[in-house]
Amino acid sequence: MSRRGDWVYENNGGTCVAIAGADYCVVAADTRLSVGYNILTRDHSKICELADKCALASSGFQGDIKALHKNLAARELLYQHQHNKRMSCPAMAQLLSNTLYYKRFFPYYAFNVLGGLDSEGKGCVFTYDAVGSYERTGYSAQGTGSALIMPVLDNQLKSPSPLLLPARDAVTPLSETEAVDLVKDVFASATERDIYTGDKLEIVVINKAGTKREYIDLRKD
Amino acid sequence: MSSIGTGYDLSVTTFSPDGRVFQVEYAGKAVDNSGTVVGIKCKDGIVLGVEKLVTSKMILKGSNRRLHSVHRHSGLAVAGLAADGRQIVSRAKSEAASYEKVYGEPMPVKELADRVASYVHLCTLYWWLRPFGCGVILGGYDRDGPQLYMIEPSGLSYKYFGAALGKGRQAAKTEIEKLNLSELTCREGIVEVAKIIYGVHDEAKDKDFELELSWVCDESKRQHEKVPDDLVEQAKAAAQAALEEMDAD
Amino acid sequence: MAWQQPMDGSHASGSKAAAAVADGPGTQRTQYPYVTGSSIIALKYKDGVIMASDTGASYGSTLRYKSVERIKAVGKHSLIGASGEFSDFQEILRYLDELTLSDHMWDDGNSLGPKEVHSYLTRVMYNRRNKFDPLWNSLVIGGVKKGPKGEEKYLGMVNMIGTHFEENHIATGFGNHMAIPILRTEWREDMTFEEAVKLVEKCLLVLLYRDRSSINKFQIAKITTEGATIYPPYSLKTYWGFAAFENPAQGAVGSW
Repeated sequence: MSRRGDWVYENNGGTCVAIAGADYCVVAADTRLSVGYNILTRDHSKICELADKCALASSGFQGDIKALHKNLAARELLYQHQHNKRMSCPAMAQLLSNTLYYKRFFPYYAFNVLGGLDSEGKGCVFTYDAVGSYERTGYSAQGTGSALIMPVLDNQLKSPSPLLLPARDAVTPLSETEAVDLVKDVFASATERDIYTGDKLEIVVINKAGTKREYIDLRKD
Repeated sequence: MSSIGTGYDLSVTTFSPDGRVFQVEYAGKAVDNSGTVVGIKCKDGIVLGVEKLVTSKMILKGSNRRLHSVHRHSGLAVAGLAADGRQIVSRAKSEAASYEKVYGEPMPVKELADRVASYVHLCTLYWWLRPFGCGVILGGYDRDGPQLYMIEPSGLSYKYFGAALGKGRQAAKTEIEKLNLSELTCREGIVEVAKIIYGVHDEAKDKDFELELSWVCDESKRQHEKVPDDLVEQAKAAAQAALEEMDAD
Repeated sequence: MAWQQPMDGSHASGSKAAAAVADGPGTQRTQYPYVTGSSIIALKYKDGVIMASDTGASYGSTLRYKSVERIKAVGKHSLIGASGEFSDFQEILRYLDELTLSDHMWDDGNSLGPKEVHSYLTRVMYNRRNKFDPLWNSLVIGGVKKGPKGEEKYLGMVNMIGTHFEENHIATGFGNHMAIPILRTEWREDMTFEEAVKLVEKCLLVLLYRDRSSINKFQIAKITTEGATIYPPYSLKTYWGFAAFENPAQGAVGSW
């Protein structure tokens, strides 16, 4: 393990964002897959719908991400068979954390945002580091463009301080369409400056009616 | 079998005073009671045919196959206990695969037959093993052309022009002997095999049967595979027509 | 691409470092490739997928093999092309042969399509990198197979650490830099085979001029519903009389 080379990882770039509202959740990611200055493909989905009310967006090393997604999807299927119901988003959040930490000393090079609805139907977002530490929030950004997007979300969504007592709800006050528009704007902006973000934006909106996918074009340069 | 119960038939490691191994002979009985299996060597390849007795109307057509491919170039037809046969098939497959891995070319059919026969024979040498309750007909195509072998539960293996196992073997062999195998093509051969199988089938005693046919020949690019459905149907029709003609006489 | 690292050829002979390093008793792991093949070009066209490469394999900077097939058919519906370590590619072909053999022996009318082959290779490559014992290749898988939506064309690739994706046109190794820009501007979904050959030859020619390890002996292969065809090797006409080739510094005006 100590002689592990740097060749085992590759950063394939990409940006992931999730925003939770009172009764919806928006999960979005661009579809560019790069390595260094090369674009491998302009149409590669980074979002995996793991359960009916749960979507995971990941950026980092594509090989690890696909392995992680397959692993979680298989675990979710086992859960269905054992419990006769789909896994809830908070349950998946814990499972994802455990899965990442299991490989603490040979980590999945994956930066994840998990979005969905909790058991009360309220929007939820969970944000992670590569080795499994996580937090439930109202919104989050991960990946190569996160440094460009996160401050904008902070500014626009004015999340209540986590230091407040009693704790205040972290979901954003925006309506679903406002949240989707905000996501489109922040990605258009990140695409301007981040070379790893662009080509196309994939947006998954989860609400009580179900899940819908939407695509908009981003700059291809 | 007047010698039954004389105490010399309980183990494959005990000979009878007159030099027989009864357990192996009993294994042969399992083969003799099975549906008929026929293999012929034609001009351009091998045809294998099986009269697969169907024990229940509820069995799905095509299941419990008795014809198996071993590697690309050879096939095995099983008479007797089908499950024992699968064990032999599995051994034959791994022998053929390992030969190709080591030598980079397909296993010669003779070599394959020898290895399978050794394996079958091995099970007649130890008290903790039971002989296979099945006989197999092995057909293959290598650089020496098409070849046909039959391996019995004793581990005996001979090369044949035509071979038959199971209930109707005697009648089948008589029919095979009438064929001009050096001139017959596989395309004609499948019809002959179908006729034989239909001919030896005992309508009164036996229930339904399914005809399984496979070949290795130039037409199948020297690969062992099931005979295409349309040809099987043609062969069946020809066999039934021949039967009716016989009945009419 | 990582396997192209020995650009200076230093690994090939005189190097003191071993190509495989002992990792405890009894095991060795590949540290860098020995004999490597260069780019693979592949694209979808009207009737299927076309794939092309040269037939060379280099030992560092030495052209060790001049006539090797780096494109092979897998089963009835797929083609595979490989850049990188040639012995690893041959090992991969053995894995695939195992799969197609068992497909044949089942004889039940089912067979692996390009999608399944790609998915399988994806797992093989990723699992080997997880053992820090990679297969040092970039693989391209193309094919056509009947699916729920009729005849489906497929083209994908996977590299030595398990990164994988699908695309309409793919180029590995140097081709990723030199051929992709050409493919992006000139590729169309409804190209005829003749047009596709022309486009592929244009890419191969650029690579012949600019990729030191490429040679003027090429092979083109196609896969359609009719099955795979791998054409015999041939050469392209070259012209080295361009002024820029004869005196590369002529047009260079710089302040230094």
